[in-house]
Amino acid sequence: MTISVAMTVNGKSVSGKVEARTLLVQFLREHLGMTGTHVGCDTSQCGACVVHVDGKSIKSCTMLAVQAEGAKVTTIEGLAASADKLHPMQEAFRDNHALQCGFCTPGMVMSAIDMVKRHNYQLDEATVRRELEGNLCRCTGYHNIVKAILAAAPAMKSAGV
Amino acid sequence: MYDFAYHRPKSLSEAVGLLKGKDEARPMSGGMTLIPTLKQRLARPSDVVDLGGVKELAGIKVEGNNVVIGGMTRHAEVATSADVKNAIPALAYLAGHIGDPQVRNRGTMGGSVANNDPAADYPAAVVALNATVTTNTGKHAADSFFKGLFETALGEGELITSISFPKAEKAAYIKFPNPASRYAMVGVFVAKTASGVRVAVTGAGPCVFRVKAMEDALSKNFSSAAIKDIKIPADGLNSDIHGSAEYRAHLVGVMARRAVDAANK
Repeated sequence: MTISVAMTVNGKSVSGKVEARTLLVQFLREHLGMTGTHVGCDTSQCGACVVHVDGKSIKSCTMLAVQAEGAKVTTIEGLAASADKLHPMQEAFRDNHALQCGFCTPGMVMSAIDMVKRHNYQLDEATVRRELEGNLCRCTGYHNIVKAILAAAPAMKSAGV
Repeated sequence: MYDFAYHRPKSLSEAVGLLKGKDEARPMSGGMTLIPTLKQRLARPSDVVDLGGVKELAGIKVEGNNVVIGGMTRHAEVATSADVKNAIPALAYLAGHIGDPQVRNRGTMGGSVANNDPAADYPAAVVALNATVTTNTGKHAADSFFKGLFETALGEGELITSISFPKAEKAAYIKFPNPASRYAMVGVFVAKTASGVRVAVTGAGPCVFRVKAMEDALSKNFSSAAIKDIKIPADGLNSDIHGSAEYRAHLVGVMARRAVDAANK
């Protein structure tokens, strides 16, 4: 079954024809060519595919593209204000060396931003570790990721994002 | 995933109409179980009826002594609802410990209860709090709703519209999550409500079950000491790579005692 789907991705209206079974992550990567969102496990465990749909973090490998009809989607490509100005969370990941291979990073960053906002920019280490339950990293041992998120929370607040 | 016809009704009556007369139509709420099942080609529905657009099924309200939660209410909403936290904090705690934050943003109470996964958390709350499950065709008491492994009293085309939870005098839910999947290896919900003390166990067996011996002991003395000598038989409990039936039987006792202690705090 082919269906027309339309949504807003990173502030731009996009549309396309998809099969009912097309996943949101496939739509982003294969139809729109936005390959910043990764497919890691494809079983809703690893979180490499996390994007925001209407402001909430979700796993885009476990949502159909047609379920995002009319929604506002934000991906890792939509965070930086410009080519030379990263989002404070991206900046904090860079400053704290919170990535090695980088495969999990887009999902980590998207989950982290949602986490900071839900906790009203107030986080402690135990909360960050618990909230990262849905994101797996096989390189860093999480330590620097946790440090980056703790550093980004006040930076996001002062930047007003 | 096999392809299917996709429908996104706007009302409950439209959803019920779409499910009617199609043998292989499946309703979808949050999709947190259905989509992975479809991806593995373990199901081949002809039609998927997405309840995501049915606004009347979502929401939380307090009606007298009950908290009534719409079937399409997401776990994250239950976990953070001031009404739920105020009336039945154990229920908010349970919802806040399902899966991970991203799963809680999509998964719904109605979907979890209708699916009746043996390791799902919500069935323990429904049974322990003696909740009432309301559908488009009628009402089900908690004790007669969960029938067995992935089986419920729901008929063809019957959808959960809301679940009504009586407020508890004391309640707590404690689970031992599988370290990888976060599903409950064993979860125990203990509640003292107007209808008495109930102890409901999920994860340990093929379906949620009550432990009468613990309920009787706790009715007389609501303390973890009152149930410390009660042994759970391992017969019929789940045994898999994560733990033997004997291990799970042991965990039921440990989780129940921790839940009683938490409820008394």
